[in-house]
Parts: sequence; C-alpha cells; structure tokens
Amino acid sequence: MAAHLKKRVYEEFTKVVQQQHEDLSTKKLRLTKPSKSAALHVDLCKATSPADALQYLLQFARKPVEVESVEGVVRILLEHYYKENDASVRLKIASLLGLLSKTAGFSPDCIMDDAINTLQNEKSHQVLAQLLDTLLVIGTKLPENPSVRMRLVEVACKHLTDSSHGVRNKCLQLIGCLGPVEKGVAKEAESQAAKDVQKIIGDHFNDQDPRVRTAAIKAMLQLHERGLKLQQAIYSQACKLLADDYEQVRSAAVQLIWVLSQLYPESIVPIPSSNEEIRLVDDAFGKICHMVSDGSWVVRVQAAKLLGSMQQVSSHFLEQTLDKKLMSDLRRKRTAHERAKELYSSGEFSSGRKWGDDAPKEEIDTGAVNLIESGACGAFVHGLEDEMYEVRIAAVEALCMLAQSSPSFAEKCLDFLVDMFNDEIEEVRLQSIHTMRKISNNITLREDQLDTVLAVLEDSSRDIREALHELLCCTNVSTKEGIHLALVELLKNLTKYPTDRESIWKCLKFLGSRHPTLVLPLVPELLSTHPFFDTPEPDMDDPAYIAVLVLIFNAAKSCPTMPALFSDHTFRHYAYLRDSLSHLVPPLRLPGRKLVSSAVSPSITSHEDPSQQFLHQSLERVYNFQHLDPRGIQELLEFTIRDLQRLGELQSELAGMADFTATYLQCQLLLIKALQEKLWNVAAPLYLKQNALASAAAKQILEETYKMEFMYSGVESRQVVIIHHMRLQAKALQLIVTARTTRGVEPLFGMCEKFLQEVDSFQRCFISELPHMQGSFVDKLLDLMPRLVTSKPTEVVKILQTTLRQSTFLHLPLPEQLHRATANIIEPTGESDNPLRFTSGLVVALDVDATLEHVQDPQGTVKVQVLYPDGQAQLIHPKPADFRNPGPGRHRLITQVYLSHTAWTEPCQIEVRLLLAYNSNRSKASTRIPKSTWSESLEALPPSENGIEGTIPFSKPVKVYIMPKPARR
Amino acid sequence: MPEIKVTPLGAGQDVGRSCVLVSIAGKNVMLDCGMHMGYNDDRRFPDFSYITQNGRLTDFLDCVIISHFHLDHCGALPYFSEMVGYDGPIYMTHPTKAICPILLEDYRKITVDKKGETNFFTSQMIKDCMKKVVAVHLHQTVQVDEELEIKAYYAGHVLGAAMFQIKVGCESVVYTGDYNMTPDRHLGAAWIDKCRPDLLITESTYATTIRDSKRCRERDFLKKVHETVERGGKVLIPVFALGRAQELCILLETFWERMNLKAPIYFSTGLTEKANHYYKLFITWTNQKIRKTFVQRNMFEFKHIKAFDRAFADNPGPMVVFATPGMLHAGQSLQIFRKWAGNEKNMVIMPGYCVQGTVGHKILSGQRKLEMEGRQILEVKMQVEYMSFSAHADAKGIMQLIRQAEPRNVLLVHGEAKKMEFLKQKIEQEFHVSCFMPANGETTTILTNPCIPVDISLGLLKRETAIGPLPDAKKPKLMHGTLLMKDNSFRLVSPEQALKELGLAEHQLRFTCRVHIQDPRKEHETVLRVYNHLKGILKDYSVQHLPDGSITVESILIQATAHSEDQGTKVLLVSWTYQDEELGSYLTSLLKKGLPQST
Repeated sequence: MAAHLKKRVYEEFTKVVQQQHEDLSTKKLRLTKPSKSAALHVDLCKATSPADALQYLLQFARKPVEVESVEGVVRILLEHYYKENDASVRLKIASLLGLLSKTAGFSPDCIMDDAINTLQNEKSHQVLAQLLDTLLVIGTKLPENPSVRMRLVEVACKHLTDSSHGVRNKCLQLIGCLGPVEKGVAKEAESQAAKDVQKIIGDHFNDQDPRVRTAAIKAMLQLHERGLKLQQAIYSQACKLLADDYEQVRSAAVQLIWVLSQLYPESIVPIPSSNEEIRLVDDAFGKICHMVSDGSWVVRVQAAKLLGSMQQVSSHFLEQTLDKKLMSDLRRKRTAHERAKELYSSGEFSSGRKWGDDAPKEEIDTGAVNLIESGACGAFVHGLEDEMYEVRIAAVEALCMLAQSSPSFAEKCLDFLVDMFNDEIEEVRLQSIHTMRKISNNITLREDQLDTVLAVLEDSSRDIREALHELLCCTNVSTKEGIHLALVELLKNLTKYPTDRESIWKCLKFLGSRHPTLVLPLVPELLSTHPFFDTPEPDMDDPAYIAVLVLIFNAAKSCPTMPALFSDHTFRHYAYLRDSLSHLVPPLRLPGRKLVSSAVSPSITSHEDPSQQFLHQSLERVYNFQHLDPRGIQELLEFTIRDLQRLGELQSELAGMADFTATYLQCQLLLIKALQEKLWNVAAPLYLKQNALASAAAKQILEETYKMEFMYSGVESRQVVIIHHMRLQAKALQLIVTARTTRGVEPLFGMCEKFLQEVDSFQRCFISELPHMQGSFVDKLLDLMPRLVTSKPTEVVKILQTTLRQSTFLHLPLPEQLHRATANIIEPTGESDNPLRFTSGLVVALDVDATLEHVQDPQGTVKVQVLYPDGQAQLIHPKPADFRNPGPGRHRLITQVYLSHTAWTEPCQIEVRLLLAYNSNRSKASTRIPKSTWSESLEALPPSENGIEGTIPFSKPVKVYIMPKPARR
Repeated sequence: MPEIKVTPLGAGQDVGRSCVLVSIAGKNVMLDCGMHMGYNDDRRFPDFSYITQNGRLTDFLDCVIISHFHLDHCGALPYFSEMVGYDGPIYMTHPTKAICPILLEDYRKITVDKKGETNFFTSQMIKDCMKKVVAVHLHQTVQVDEELEIKAYYAGHVLGAAMFQIKVGCESVVYTGDYNMTPDRHLGAAWIDKCRPDLLITESTYATTIRDSKRCRERDFLKKVHETVERGGKVLIPVFALGRAQELCILLETFWERMNLKAPIYFSTGLTEKANHYYKLFITWTNQKIRKTFVQRNMFEFKHIKAFDRAFADNPGPMVVFATPGMLHAGQSLQIFRKWAGNEKNMVIMPGYCVQGTVGHKILSGQRKLEMEGRQILEVKMQVEYMSFSAHADAKGIMQLIRQAEPRNVLLVHGEAKKMEFLKQKIEQEFHVSCFMPANGETTTILTNPCIPVDISLGLLKRETAIGPLPDAKKPKLMHGTLLMKDNSFRLVSPEQALKELGLAEHQLRFTCRVHIQDPRKEHETVLRVYNHLKGILKDYSVQHLPDGSITVESILIQATAHSEDQGTKVLLVSWTYQDEELGSYLTSLLKKGLPQST
C-alpha cells in the first residue's frame, strides 16, 4: 500500500512540476526532488470542498516531513491559507504550521513574517488562537533571537484586547513563554518592555473570563520559571485571587503566592484591619493554610503540597498548624493528645474509662475565640481529616518535609502521624509510616505512641507490616518497657504471619544495636535464665527464639557486660547463628573459651584497604604477563581467577569488582586456550574434537561478555569498549573455527561479510576510544581493513588468525562502583514435600517473592522462567506494579506465576528462576536513535539487524513440586 | 423593597421539631416537617394552624422540602399531609424517600401499638403521604413551578441528607438541614458551591464546640474493642438503627479485615438489617473510599458482621454486638446488658448521648448498682465506656460552610439560644453579615436587593460595547437604549426598534441657540473666522465649511447672519439634535466666549 502511494506521489509530481514552475518563486525552485510539498499542493488543489481539504490535511499530518522540504511545505500551506474561506481548514493549516516548525533541524525564522502577516486579516477567533500557538512554537524554537521574541511579544500584546478568551489565553501564554526576562539588557526600550510584561500580565488578573485569569497567573509563573524576578507588588493582587470563584484560578493563585513567598520571604506586609506587620512568608503561609479548607479538593491538594516546601516560616506559625483549640460549651477542652501526654507524664497509664474524662475545664472568654480567620490554625488537622485521600496524602507529605527541617515540629506532629496509621486507605497509612521513618532521627516515641504504632503490626497488608519494620529499625525508644513491648508485638506478628521472619529479624537487629543499654536489663527475662536453676534449652529452630537472640546479640556488640549474663547454650547458639545467619548476628568479643569468632572478627574490620590493594596487584601482575611463556600465562590466569573469586566471596563490597574482572580474565583464558589448540596446524577435518573445544570456548566467551555488559550496574563506556572488543575476538574465533571445519567457501562469504560489518560498526560506535587500544586486535584489524575488504574469505580467515594471535591483551580499567545484579528467590522455598495439586488444563497460581539487588529498570528486564520436566520452558513478564522499591538499588518482586500442564502420573519438580533480559541495541554505549517528534503516528522503526536479544539467568533456580491431576469426569 | 420572610414553627432556638417557613418573592416554602422527641402531646408536632386557619394548606404552600430522614425532620409529615391536609409536592432525595417510611412506620408502631395512643396517623397514611413525594438528585435543579426552583447539595450527616437551595429569580435561600463538615467512615463531608444566597439558614447544634480529630476517637474505640475481645470479653454497643450504627459497623468491619480478627460481630435484626440494604443501594451517597472500592466489594456487604439471634448472647467466647435502642432503656440492648453486666471482662460502649433517666445515663454517670423492675438489683461489673460519635458540624464547620457559600445573611436554627448567641456574634464579627436567630413563631424579615435581568438584543449589545474604551468586566458600563416593559418582561432595545414596536413616529428634538458676536467684517469672513477657530480647537471632530456658508461640526449646524439692526454684530445660529446635546452645549459655550482677537 505504502509503495503504491509513493508511486502515485512520484507520478503526479512530474506533472505538477511542469505546471508550477512558472509561478513558483526562486525559493520554491529548490524542490528538485520529489517531495511532500508538491504532493500536498496537488491534493489541496484537487480538493473541491473544505471537508475534502481537511481530509487531505489530516492525512498529510500523519506522515513526517524531512527537514529540507519543510519550508516548501509551509509556503504551500500559507498560499492555501490565504485562499481558504473555511475557518476549520485554516485552523488545521495553522496547527500544521506549528507542527512543522517543531521539526528538528528546521529554523523557523524564515516563516515568521508570514505567520505574523496571517494574523492581521484573520477574523475567526479560533484560527487566531491557533496562529498564536504557532507563533509560540516558532518563538520557542528561536531562543537565541531576542528581537524576534520582542516582535512576537508585541504581536501578542496587540491581540490581548481580543474579545475571545481563547485568543487572550494564547497571547498570555506567549508572553509568558517569550517575554524578556533579562534585566541587564543595555537598551532602555527593552528594559522598559521587561517591566511592562509583568504589568501587562498583571492587568489580566482581573479579566472577566476565569480561563484568562488562570492563563495570566500561569504566564506569570512561567516568567518566574524562566528566571524573571517577579515584583513584590503582585503579592497583594495574588491574594485577592485566592477568593476567586473558579478553582483553577485559586489553584494557580496558590502557586503564585508560594513563588512570591520564596522570593521575598523576609519582606514585611501589613495585616489588614490592624496595625501590625508580619513577614511575607508567614503571611503567605497563613493564606495557603487557609486554602487547605477550600471548597475544591484540587485546590486543597495543591495547598497542602506547597505547605511542605515553605521552610522559612517561623516556628510559632508552623506549630499553629497542628493546633486546634478545642472547646465544648464555650469551655476550653484538652485534645485527646494532650490528655494522653498528661496521663503519661503523671505516671498513670491511659485509662480513658470515665465518662467526662474529657470534660471541659476552664471557661473561655468569648471574645478571644477566633473561629476562622486565624490563618494557619489547625491547617494540618483539617488536611489530615480531609474527605479525599489525595489531600490527606499531600498533607502527610508536607508534614514530613516540614518535620525534617524542624525537630520541634517533628516532635509535635508525631501524634498526628501516629493517628494516620489508622486511616481507612492503605496508601495513606503506608505514606504516613514512611514519613515517620524519614523523620525518625528527630523523634523519640513515647510509650503510648509506640503502643499505637505497634498495633499496626497486625495489619494484614504485607507492605504495611514491612514498612513498619523499616520504621522500627530506625526508631528511638525511650524506655526498656518500650523495647519489651516492641519485642512482644513483633513476636506476635511473627506467629501470625510467619512469612515476615526475615524482615522481623532484621528489624530486631537494628532495634538491638540502637538500644543496647535498654536491652541489658531485659536479658535475663528474655533468655529466661534463673540465678539458681538451669532452665531448659530453648529450641534452636524456633524463629521466635532466634528473633530474641538477634536482638540480644546485636545489643551485646556495644555492651561488653552483656555476655556475662548468657548461659552456656546461648554461647553455642551464638556460634551456630553467627555461621548460619551471619548477616544478622554481629561478631562478638566473647570471653575466654569461646574462641569461635575471635579469629575472624579483627580480620574483617581491618580488611578494607589491603583487599583492594590485593585486587589491583593481582591485576597488575596479569597485565604484565606478555613476556611469560604460554603455559605460565595460563597458570597465572587460572590462579588469579581463583583468587579473585575467593576475594569476592570474602569481601561483599568488592564482590562486583572481583567477579567482573574474574569473568574478563576467564574470557581471556578461554581465548588463549582455544588459540593454543593444535588443530590450527593440521588439516581441519582430522581434529573434530578439539575443534569442538574451540567453538565451545568461543560460545562461552560470547555469553560471558553479555553477562559482563548487562549484569553489572555501574559499567562505564570504557569497560563496554573492552567487552565489545572481547566479543569481537570471540566472533573472529568463531569464524576461524567454522572456516576450518566446513568445506567449500560459499557459506564463508556471508560470514565474512557479517564479521566485517561488525568490525565496521564497532569502529563507528567506539571511535573515540580507539586511541586507547594500541596494539589490540581491533587496532591491527583496522589497519588491515582495506586488504580484508578486497580479499577472499580464506585469506581473511588467515589474516584474522594471525592478528588474533599477535594481538595484545587489553587492560581492563575498573570503575569506581561496580555491582553485580543478584536475585534471591525467597518464596517458593523449594523445601516443601507436598506437591501443589491442581487439575490439568486449569491453572494454578504460584506466589513468587524475590529480592533483586542492583538491577536497573527491573520492570523492563526481569522475567520469571518456569522449566517443566519435559523441557518445556515458559517465560513470564511480571507486571510493573509487582516490583516494589524498598531502598536504593534494591527491588522486591512479589508476583504470581500461573502454571499449567497436562496431567502427570506422578508429582514432579519444576524449576523457577529469574532471568535478566537484555537487548544489545540497548547497549549503553551505542548512540541512541533520535526519536522523531514530528508526529506521534510514526511507523515503528525497523529493528536493527545486529540487535541480539537474550536472557541471563541470575538467580538460583528453585524447585517446586507440582502435580497436575487428570480432570475428573 | 423585596423581602424574604422566615418563620420557624419548630427548631427556632430549640433542637427538635424542625420546621421553617420561608416566603420568598411571593412563594411560600416549608422546610422540614419534624416531630419533637421530648413531648407526647400536641406540642410534638409543629403548629400548622399558623399557616392558615381555615383554608387548605395546599393553597398557601408552594412546596415542602425534607432535608433528611431523621424523625425530628420528617416525623410530622404524614400528619401534616394526610391529617391536616396538604396535596402539593414534597421534595426529598432518593435515599431519604426510601428510608423515611421505614422510620415513620416504626415511630407509628411505638406510639400506637406500645403506648396505645389513638388519633395518630396510620400505615395507609404514610403510604399516601409518600406518594406525594418527588425525589431529587444531588445538584439537580428542579423547577417547582415556573419561577421557583430548588437544588440539593450533599450534606453528610446521614445517608441521603441534603442541603437545599431555594431560588426565585435572583433571590435565593439555602437551608442546610443537619450537616457534617468532617467526613466519617461511611459518608463524605458537606459541600456547597459559592452560590451567594441572600439567606443561609443553618443548623447550630454545636455552636459552641470545636471538636477533636475524629481519628483519636476512632482509635480509642477500636483499641478498647480490640483489647476486650483479646481478653475474651464481650462488647455491647447500644446504637440507634440508622446512621451511627452503619458508621461503627464499617469501622469495625475494616478493622477486623485489617487485623485478621476472628471474633464474631453481630447486629440486631429488624430495622438495622433493612437499613443496611439501602446503604448498599445508595453507594453514590457514601464517601470516597466506599465509592471507589465497591466494584471489588460493597463495603456494606459485611464479611464479619452477621445478624444477631437472641440465643447468641449466651455463647461462650468473645463477641461484639450492636443492639438497639441506643440509650439502653428497653428492648434487645437492655436484655443483653443484663446478661453481660456481671462479668468484669465485658464492656459496654455508649456511642452517643443518653437522656436522663435511662439506664444508659445512669451507668455513664458512674452508678454501679441498678434497680431493675421487680426490685432486682443488678450489679454492673462490666466496663462502661463513653465515646462521642456525632455527625453535626462544629463551630468551625459552620463557619467553614458560611465561608464557602458566602451568604448575605445568616439565620440560625436547630440549636440552643445561648449557644446561638455566641455563634451569632462570631458570624457578624468575622464575615460582617447580619445574623438572625428567631424563636418559634417569630418572623424575621430580610430585605433583599435583587438584580432584575433585562434582555438585550445581541446587535445592540455588540454595537454598544464597540463604542468607547474596552469593556472591563468588573466595572459597570453605560449603555444607551430604550427599556421596554411589556408582559412582565424587560427588554432593552435600540430606539429605532422601540419606535417600530410601539408604532410611534420619531420626533426630532432640536435645540437652537443664537450667539451674538461683535464683528464688523462681512458675513462670510466671520464664518471663515469661526470655522478656523473651531477647526483649531476641535481637532478630533470633523468640522466642515459648506458651500452655502454654514459650518457643520459633526451634525451640528452653525449659520451666521448679520444683525438686522446693527451690522457690526453677527448672529450665529447654532442648532443641534437632542443626541448631540453634550457637544452642542459645549460649542455654544465656546462661541459665547467670543472669537480670539485675530489679526
């Protein structure tokens, strides 16, 4: 179809050119090759009715236009524009003009005059608005041309008096985007204009149309964003707009007030109806707080969000936001929070059981009660109680930001945050837990607060519980009762939801290490030791007991007196746990006979630098092997690889680095081994066996290079070059091997050509890196390139073989940070002996829970693979929503995998594993193909030929026992 | 001066028996028609004879509006419509229409069957009454007749509660009914747009109270229930059938869901069950959370809450029971209370106010030994908790609503006089609007200043706006035209059209004026001098010298003749039409000053 159309265009073009040549201007004569403009022109001339013309234009808009022909197309469009009587067609043309001006690489200054001219005779308001939009596009494309911008702004100012809101809207937008912002322009006229721009926009704050008012405020904000310092005088105008009837105006006004408060925080403004004056930021804060109880929830969200970023506000204003003077029958009443606090400080635990416990106390002076105009008063109390959860979330976020900057406020808002843990919407609960975690440095939980916090541990949502564990990790608890309470609740949680095991242990680890002195008095009780009697040894496999031990051991780390309280079996258990759960149990300096760990602990702490040194030294050694004999090289490489692998196991920080280099050396080793084979000296067919070895080596190197490229985060382009170089070598090796083993030359032609293409693309991609690769394989290859291109395949192979042998081993520079992507499947555990039974033909859902570390963009790359015993493999793409991001570099995949199979006679195991998908096109070094912005309906780009997609398994497979039963009839 | 008259027949400086008469622009509307809980005689219903002594009510009232289904807002409706006699339309929202007859029937049963009263409305009357009801949707503008229109706004409080805007022409009144400005577990917050009514009639139950955050209350409630259940105790929550019962059910249901609790929750059958059915149906009237999640599960399809059976009360193990009535004065809740009172592990939670004399009030005030009928002494060992769950707006909420609606006057009803006084003072101080608080039977008159809409033809409008400086929306603009008052409508038309329509011929009104100038020269020279003089001054106008020796300035004609007696004096004749009065008089004054001393 497309081909057919193209043909038609060509055909028609020839005719058109002959007819049109006379009346085309000199510029149009440049259209020497078949172009879109000509075809468009024909179409438009043929159009008999406006509807037809519109159709043509719509079709035309779907196809992209090359940069060279844009101008021609624009001229033709303009020509038709003047002729056209129908407003809708003119509108479309105007919008096309804008679209065309956006074409990358096209400079629209040549069409600007025409565009401005069209404005003069236009009657239709809609078309006018569209034309102004086009001018805006043109203006934004020419940022370096102040005079053009000035002109456009003048045009816009002229049209500001239009009676249609659409036109005024666009004018304001244009002024906002293009209005001059530089203060220091030398010419007097221009600085005059700069002042005018603000005044002009400001005048439209009182426009009759709310849309224009909104546009005016937005334009002002736009000017601010572009760096113009807004005048303080606007503030009072903006304040008036807060009482506007329309929500979008109020919403924008809130933003404007916020901007001004950030610009002039310290200016003094008078309080109306009194002689007092306050700082502008405080005044603005009060006003925005007021908007938290606006009638429209959009405005409320906006206001609540902005409150969070007003950090310069004075503290007494800030604290008012949490204050809502309660009264009952005109008598002062204390809030439940105050009562709780009082009860707590008086030593009595919350009773709350008497009627009238909250009975109002002192009388209030009726004159002093201010019911509404108190500005900031209780803004957050209202925000947190709002009907819409969007507002509540925004309020919680704002609370978080303000609390982070003000410890005293953090202390005050604690009660409210704790209250939010009981919100009806889970998102809000989660958000408030996260917020609390963020401000936990500033706060210490009281016991009654801790009580409420811990009550949430029973929540049935896993996310909530885990967020709460994270929170407890970094909370400060004030008393030993608090610690005990937390432990008890966590253990309760553990029995109710055994799957939380890991998370709870981790939580207790931090709880212990943060509060050693509070744990100390609890130790005898927790371990149930008795001064006289031996108590029975607890069960070592009990997760609850392990949890207690984790708490105690972590506390003992910084509390040397604690081990004295341990009984014998505790020490034994320590040794066991130190080995099995080393990430949870710290090394302890235990007295005398317990020498289990004393040997290990010092070595770990002071290991940091030497290991790094060791890594570099061993690499140095390897890179200098040139003068060694082949056997020596191989041995050296083998030893080094072994060393590095061991180092990676020992030192978790260096694991990525060590693994990465070890893999690289492994590749080199394989290459060397393959090249040392005897087969190269003998006629090919005789050595099929070795040959298999060499080709296997080539294949393995290829795989390893993909792993190196895609499995590590932090790989830089320097490394990518080396990796690609290694891959090229492997491909050369493959070529040579194939050449050796196959008879006839025909298949070789294709392969050679492909290889040369690859060399070529390598050169293109990494041209900048080539100077660093002196003496390498590719360097030599490129020297020989002219010869290679012309010679026959057999010769090519020969040349390749010699270059491959002579080439030097490239130095692999190490990046600062290198992490290997790892995945660990937590669930299914693979321990179950009970097969998962389901009826064949139906599906069963298998819950998969895995942690991923150092995976970039897991949503796009991580897949789940299920391998059935019959060799059938299934690849599942988890939903993006299944990935959670608990911390930087960490991800968690919680998803369901649907299994199905035909009936089996016996239960059997299937394997589940995680794969990392890659696509060599996505390679970090390859230049990105610039995406065309011209039209969204571009045909998809054809996949480039050398894009290889593949997967790397990066987790241990887990076996799941399943049993599809035959369906019962 | 047009005025709005408001007379509360009930709820004026009082709570209960809500009934407010409003007459606005010749229309009479009755807002709510409630009964008083405190009386059992004639005082329980509003005094409808105030409206008319002997005529039919239908002739005096244009419509009746019921804000929500609580009996103190709708209890007198069958009496009013069937026994006193009213056949006009009654407006209420859909949920109110659905639930209202259930409550009325229940009320009738208690009064007639239990207390044995006669001369009370019958079931049939309730049915007949409900037939007169017209149901309205939120934000739907209903035309009662050609001029009167009403519109409902969401009010929170209970399912289906609404605020009503009553509008005639440009005058409007908003009646809030009962409303709640803080959302709760099952209903949203009241909302109104900036409708700027002439009068806002608002309830003021909590005029002097600012309430604590509802979260603390909820948390306390849940914590207490949870603790008791964990201890293995039983929890009794006496409630009234509708409203709070549903809120607490939702609260407990979600809590049970979240915390994975297993203890059973029961609610008493009968009324509550029926009401729950309606709550399930009217999802659109509930809060954001319920509306958003009902696709997965209707929150009122309780998973953990089951219907109660008398026998369950003796079951061992923990349980939570919602039982009616709410003040423990009779019925199921009292029965259960007697069974459970002896065990200190159990707990009773009173979620609302209790009237003096009820068991509820006694235990709340700390009495531990209760004398039951038959001289039994019941020792109360169970824990007694009080928890206030009230769905009225507090003082801040009322102020917030006033701020949202921006009324020109406020009128307080449904509250105690003393408390109203305080709020009234606050409203006047903060918003600078006048505030009224009439007692029952007292009429308040509010003067309004309504704007009168006038139709103008588009042509004239465009023509007039095109003249002079740009239109500035915020400023009034002067227009020229003819105001036609015909058939009760106003139109602004151009003079020509007015003449045409009225069939009148146009009369030209011209002013002429003679100005004497001392000038010895010839006539045409004088004319030339005048011409040059005027041309020099009136640069913006077209000044022409015509060949017949006259001068025109726009349409003003100036002619010069020599004085018949004194040739040295020239008489300038200036003539202009009525429309050019301004320019004409300016010209004459200019000419009177004389010509400049030229050479």
